[in-house]
Amino acid sequence: MDFQLTDDQRALRAGIRELLARRFDSTALRAAVDGGGLDRGLWRALGEAGFFALRLPEEAGGVGLGLPEAVLLFEEAGRALLPGPLIATHLAAGLVEGAAEGRAVVTAPDGGLVEWLEEADVVRGDVAGAEPIRSADPLTPLHRLPDGGDKGPPEWALLTAAEQLGSAGRTTAMAVQHAREREQFGQPIGAFQAVKHLCAQMLVRTEVARAAVYAAAVTGDPVEIAGAKLLADEAAVRCARDCLQVYGGMGFTWEAEVHLHLKRAWLRRERWLPTVPAQELQAAALEEAM
Amino acid sequence: MDLSYTPEEEEFRARLREWLAVVLPGLPPKPDPLDWPGRRAYDTGWQRMLYDAGYARVHWGASATLRLIFLEETERAGAPYVGANFVGLLHAGPTIAAEGTEEQRARWLEPVLRGDEVWCQGFSEPDAGSDLAALRTRAVRDGDAYVVSGSKIWTSHAQVADWCELLVRTDPDAPRHRGISWLAMPMDAPGITVRPLRTLAGSDEFAQLFLDEVRIPVGHRVGAENDGWRVTMVTLSYERGTAFVGEVVACRRVLVEIARAAHKNGTWDDPVIRRRLGCLHAEFTALWRLIQWNVSESERTGGVPGVGGSVFKLRYSHARQELYDAAAAVLGPDALDLGREWTLDRLSSLSYTIAAGTSQIQQNIVAERILGLPKGR
Repeated sequence: MDFQLTDDQRALRAGIRELLARRFDSTALRAAVDGGGLDRGLWRALGEAGFFALRLPEEAGGVGLGLPEAVLLFEEAGRALLPGPLIATHLAAGLVEGAAEGRAVVTAPDGGLVEWLEEADVVRGDVAGAEPIRSADPLTPLHRLPDGGDKGPPEWALLTAAEQLGSAGRTTAMAVQHAREREQFGQPIGAFQAVKHLCAQMLVRTEVARAAVYAAAVTGDPVEIAGAKLLADEAAVRCARDCLQVYGGMGFTWEAEVHLHLKRAWLRRERWLPTVPAQELQAAALEEAM
Repeated sequence: MDLSYTPEEEEFRARLREWLAVVLPGLPPKPDPLDWPGRRAYDTGWQRMLYDAGYARVHWGASATLRLIFLEETERAGAPYVGANFVGLLHAGPTIAAEGTEEQRARWLEPVLRGDEVWCQGFSEPDAGSDLAALRTRAVRDGDAYVVSGSKIWTSHAQVADWCELLVRTDPDAPRHRGISWLAMPMDAPGITVRPLRTLAGSDEFAQLFLDEVRIPVGHRVGAENDGWRVTMVTLSYERGTAFVGEVVACRRVLVEIARAAHKNGTWDDPVIRRRLGCLHAEFTALWRLIQWNVSESERTGGVPGVGGSVFKLRYSHARQELYDAAAAVLGPDALDLGREWTLDRLSSLSYTIAAGTSQIQQNIVAERILGLPKGR
């Protein structure tokens, strides 16, 4: 047992982190919020980096890696708050022409919602009667579907959990940096236990979620994936709220990035195995163990 | 990332499982929790069986992964826990193995492994709990001995211990972390009074020690004089490292029993209770994975567990309390019956966010040592 990242996995993570820092920094994030629309150039760059073709076999032109590596990529996407139907396109690689290379934007419905419908080149699934709504997340346009619609495979929930994990890690880091720099009463606010303990709990939530998400990626077990989704949802939503709290009044403004993380975390929690069905799945697993 | 075990590790697991199946049915019945001599005899008897079968060294002679497998399998089979051997096996033993002289290792390690000698912990004092470096128990050099006076508190197993890992102040003028030494104190030395303390669960689980000019040979000091704080940090990292592995396995088993009880009395049909138990299932699965993560990390860095133990302890101590609160929700009014097994466990779970460093201290450790936030208050 060596439940740690391999050197190759570390290199993969560093590579995508570097790509996203270059192609999707704060300025690009701001532009995406203000201008809307999907950056097709970035989409193709992700395709060229193997983001979508990662799990496609090499003989089919893919990278030939597995779920653990995909989880690392989506964690980085979550950390950077990367917009777009990333998971639907990733799952369409090899099935939809151009998806693997990032030439096509693919979306799919889940849980009565479908994201990026107007921007998508291909829709996998039934979206008849879709009505646009004013999405709470300014980076994710949404349509509502008349009935529940199809549910995605367990990998959807896992990759969503990975994005939640990345977001939790990012808001934890943002809160800690702010707590180190912001001074009140003549010292950094991070020297006060009330603030310090908020930050410590953020890290605890993130690290527990990390163990759950990484292990679920290794085992691929649907019950473990559902558990990982539960814990990652909790980590992303609560870390974003705590980060906002540490930022104080500044955190309540449109300028701070915190609200974007919180809104996306809310959205991800409602989709691809939301809280109640995930809890029921855990309860069913307990019944099985009885 | 790899969660599979090597063929050698799997073979160890299979051999251990087979041995447990043979020896466990022949064990004497568990002693009454208030019968300390009985508990000592039971726990050291089990340790001797492990020694004779070649498993005694697993806590500090083997790899962290073998220890993980050992704790997982013994708990799963319902074998006795370390009990009265806790301090000797998981604290003093590893500390002496890492910091002691050749002579000290030869004197103290084997008796712990054989179950011949039991240790207790003399760290906390009435005025030095979370602020451990405020300890005041004095040790004054007199020839080839230290003369020790003061008081220690929250000392589990003191009633039946042979040795005490004792922190004393050897230089009252040095900065408070610098003037401390780590001594092995024989519990039969003149001048020691043990006064049992009653816990909120109604048992005399720990004790207060009064030390009145107790003479301890200088050769019983582990590590250099006034270097005891560093030696202690080695001990504490073990305490927070893998000490809770068996308990997480036990919690997973208790959760299944609670679900069974909920089925039996119909509370399972209440979605609030059912989903609460579901959340705990996800929680304890994740805590098990976090243990595997921490063990793998310590295998890679070679040895002493890191501050990841604080992250684990913070979450686990809270989850354990949630588990028994959920049991109470399932039991309803029966949860007030001290005769029900989960009621006493619920009471004792209250110590987990206090013992071995309170949750507030652990949060300071995480914030300052992992996140790099400034020291302050």
